[in-house]
Amino acid sequence: MAEPMGFYTDTTVCIGCKACEVACKEWNQLPARNGGVGVLSGDSYDNTRALDGTHWRHVKFIEQFSTDRQDGRWLMMSDVCKHCAHAGCLEVCPTGAIIRTEFDTVVIQSDTCNGCRDCIGACPFGVIGVNPVSGTAQKCTLCYDRMKVGLEPACAKACPTKSINFGPIADLKQMARGRVGQLHEAGEGRAYLYGADETMLGGLNSFYLLVDKPEVYGLPPDPRLPSRNLKRSALWSTLGAVALAIMGVFHFRERGGRPGRREGDDV
Amino acid sequence: MSSTFFTASPQWRWFIVAYFFLGGLAGGSYFLATLLDRFGTERDRPLVRLGYLVAFPIVCLCGLVLTVDLGRSERFWHMLVQSETFRPMLKTYSPMSSGAWVILLFSGCAFVSFAGAVAARGWPRWALLRHASPEAPFGRLVSGLGAILGLYLAGYTGVLLSVTNRPIWADTTLLGLTFLISAASTSAALLILLGSWSGLSRDHLHPLERFDRSALILEALTIVALVASLGRIATVWLDGWGVLLAGMLLGGIALPLLLEWRQPDTNRPVWVAPTLVLLGGLVLRMVIVLSTDRL
Repeated sequence: MAEPMGFYTDTTVCIGCKACEVACKEWNQLPARNGGVGVLSGDSYDNTRALDGTHWRHVKFIEQFSTDRQDGRWLMMSDVCKHCAHAGCLEVCPTGAIIRTEFDTVVIQSDTCNGCRDCIGACPFGVIGVNPVSGTAQKCTLCYDRMKVGLEPACAKACPTKSINFGPIADLKQMARGRVGQLHEAGEGRAYLYGADETMLGGLNSFYLLVDKPEVYGLPPDPRLPSRNLKRSALWSTLGAVALAIMGVFHFRERGGRPGRREGDDV
Repeated sequence: MSSTFFTASPQWRWFIVAYFFLGGLAGGSYFLATLLDRFGTERDRPLVRLGYLVAFPIVCLCGLVLTVDLGRSERFWHMLVQSETFRPMLKTYSPMSSGAWVILLFSGCAFVSFAGAVAARGWPRWALLRHASPEAPFGRLVSGLGAILGLYLAGYTGVLLSVTNRPIWADTTLLGLTFLISAASTSAALLILLGSWSGLSRDHLHPLERFDRSALILEALTIVALVASLGRIATVWLDGWGVLLAGMLLGGIALPLLLEWRQPDTNRPVWVAPTLVLLGGLVLRMVIVLSTDRL
């Protein structure tokens, strides 16, 4: 297996240019929404709105301004699939279409997916969507085809400020920790890494440097695997099944007032 | 805020609501037919046949709506067979994967029992069909297995919802139980309804009516426990969906119970209470499946 590869996104240097979005769309030949007719969202400069089957990169714009607009800041973040070490989508996929690659990334094989959409609800980050052209679930592949020939993903290549960094996970983590230290020294004490350690789904192969709570960026504070509910749900259902069986036996077995019992049956 | 609110909707809509409802009816009817067969009397035989006669067509319908709902319907078989290696595709820890196998196996059992129930009417007179009868050893084995698979089919749909990361669905572990109990009440209601239409007397239907009353009480308790288990998240139902759920509790559970208990032996039409129960079961699944779509 090759070395685990991934993204480290430093949101403090993102300028919201959306070059990553465009490069991703172009390289992966993703179709435009609504036939290319743009409809403004009214939400800052974010007209992509969310990650889905045709938007595998999404630049978020978060405006934090005081009511008199004298004080404030922009937060920008290029969001993407997290390629979780323990991936909820991979866990539930009933067709085996979602696989872990030799680069430790998570890829949906479009020719195997049958569009059941179980992975969409299972993803704790809301990353996956259906591509209306293929009818299958799709998301970032971390440019698996480019990685196979030694190229970096299109988004990282296009990023003009090095907000999106691509490379071996171990190197990226080292780089990210250094950057957090640098920011702390510079007085930005709010800087921290989201998803870089193994406590979050075994570690995210696409992790972030943030300067506010995850919720502010639209990221879940405590993402978990869907299978956490499996055993307890199954247990309750089994108890219910036993209760129904007992109820059925109680109501259906031969009772005193009901004539017509089969010959030879025991009471 | 729960982390489940940061996820995307799989956009499971009417086909899935229909599947959850029909799957409950197919599995529940088969289960009740088998219980009546094993523990009932000769008088229950028409209900047993009825249960087996409805389970198979309904589970066929389930397969159809599930296939239509897929983004690539022609690849439905990828749920069962690996498309590259043609080996069996099964993930025991994925409810959708195990559910696909259960639908297949249950369909087989339902078909055998269906054939046995048809043959019991005297036509066709094929010797092979005698083995399918629930009274024959093979038919008995199949119906026992089918009853267990039927219960699985009726309840796994709720477990499937809980094994996601969506709001409400993943915030409780009681959905499987809720769907299972609801499947029992709606299936009993379906058999009562069809039994009365096929001319069975009140006395024939009495055991099922008693069972349905108990199932409805259990269902009401389960729904209350479900809402309680959601805690503050249940406040998302303080809208039209909550009104619908409350309406389901009143119209689909409380009212049928009241009708059955107040005047059980009058000339009131038999179909009123079971119809309300069936509608209630459908509304319950509508609320649970569709209410999270915009969250």
